[in-house]
Amino acid sequence: MTKPLVAIRSVSKNFGEFQALKNVSLDVWPGEVMCLIGASGSGKTTLLRCINQLATIDAGGIWLDGELLGVREHGGRLHRLSEHQIGRQRLKTGMVFQRFNLFPHKTALENIIEGPTQVQGRKLDEVRAEAIELLRRVGLAAKADAYPAQLSGGQQQRVAIARALAMKPMLMLFDEPTSALDPELVGEVLAVMKELAKSGMTMMVVTHELGFAREVADRVVYMDQGAIVEQGRASDVLGAPREERTKAFLSAVI
Amino acid sequence: MKPAPALAQGFPDLSGTRIAREPHWFRWISAALIVLVLAAIARAFANGQIEWSYVGRFLTVKVILEGIVNTMVMAVLAMMLGIFLGIVVAIMRLSPNPVLKSVAAGYTWLFRGTPLILQLLLWFNLALVFPTIGIPGLWTARAVDVMTPFLAALLGLGINQGAYTSEVMRAGMLSVDIGQYEAAQAIGMGRLRALRRIILPQAMRVVIPPLGNEFIGMVKATSLASVIQYPELLHNAENIYYANSRVIELLIVAGLWYLLVVSILTPLQMLLERRFARGTLRLAR
Repeated sequence: MTKPLVAIRSVSKNFGEFQALKNVSLDVWPGEVMCLIGASGSGKTTLLRCINQLATIDAGGIWLDGELLGVREHGGRLHRLSEHQIGRQRLKTGMVFQRFNLFPHKTALENIIEGPTQVQGRKLDEVRAEAIELLRRVGLAAKADAYPAQLSGGQQQRVAIARALAMKPMLMLFDEPTSALDPELVGEVLAVMKELAKSGMTMMVVTHELGFAREVADRVVYMDQGAIVEQGRASDVLGAPREERTKAFLSAVI
Repeated sequence: MKPAPALAQGFPDLSGTRIAREPHWFRWISAALIVLVLAAIARAFANGQIEWSYVGRFLTVKVILEGIVNTMVMAVLAMMLGIFLGIVVAIMRLSPNPVLKSVAAGYTWLFRGTPLILQLLLWFNLALVFPTIGIPGLWTARAVDVMTPFLAALLGLGINQGAYTSEVMRAGMLSVDIGQYEAAQAIGMGRLRALRRIILPQAMRVVIPPLGNEFIGMVKATSLASVIQYPELLHNAENIYYANSRVIELLIVAGLWYLLVVSILTPLQMLLERRFARGTLRLAR
């Protein structure tokens, strides 16, 4: 039997008084494309940030590829891992941000080769060839030497996807990747993500693009107030929701 | 296709009419007044007790030229020490470690809180407190031999500068978007690597104008090292007028040199700014 790539067990996360995640448990299977939907503040972005440890969880555990994230069990207690060890664990995930977060002082190509050369210590020639191939894959081979400020939002986000892929992650996390884009630029980013899904990448996508979820997602997870309310096949959750809260959300969005 | 509706009458065509030049009377009057005042000041100096020939003669004597070289050497070295300390202290200040944070805050408090000239005198007179310095058993020396005017000036100016520069650096680092830290972390970078590769290069763009300002201040602050016998420009000018009593003439010589140096530094700063503006302008390549 295959094991889940990500196993989330009883995870809670608070920001002061605010409970961002309440006892969330979830499995993500290898090759699965999962879309997380829900109103802002429902905890879907926080869940993503906990998986690549930009946020630390307050209770529960997250296993990625069988390895417990952020802490080590020893003598009946959990001990936090060092920054170095956490950095190593992060390499298994690639993150794409809502606001792209490209490095503005580096060209598109330099953005992509930064991680593999600086963090993974790989050879520049080999990494550069891969980076050019990645740029071609996201349709930006001609923009290798452009700075982020010279690119449109959609182009920047495609470079950001290539940057994340350059680390050869097992899991890609997308945090509202099209929310900061002008409507006419959304399609080009979604097309790259669809291609990635087809290639077999495991993906967790926080999104408001229900059309994308319907077309690409193997599973849709609806979250509200820090908890998973409903999940299942896209056609079921989006087409025939069982929970009242899901129905209310979907009718408000569409 | 329907024709556009007819335009209303009563609005004349102004497309060929030029905009008249304004007379700007006040600008002319104020400019004339300022020229008069400047002329009066120039006349006063020309007729005053100044031997301009001395200014010309001493402008390029060897001792003055050596002074300007020493001034620049000290300004550059002390600024380098100041920037190094400033970056280290700014990183400590922004670290999550409360011990590093407190040490950094204490350093800034101490060296910003006391006059620079006092710090210079303290370094220079360190031998009064510690007659010998060194590492016990390995190496020792008499403090008077080690603490030369050069070293005292370098430590005094550089360490003081570090306290100010750390605040400039901290502001620069805070100006970089938090998303840049997160993106660096997401590709597996640790804190220090993210600072060096991603945050500091972006912070430099913000800190260069205030650092240029600080460096200009440093060029002039080296003149304080004249009190601890460091042979910089002002100190050497003073030595000449102690001998020939041409006080004002030599002060003017020193002043002209400081002005010249600062005038050269300003365009250099602009070149640096352009270097670090990479990627921020749409057309920059």
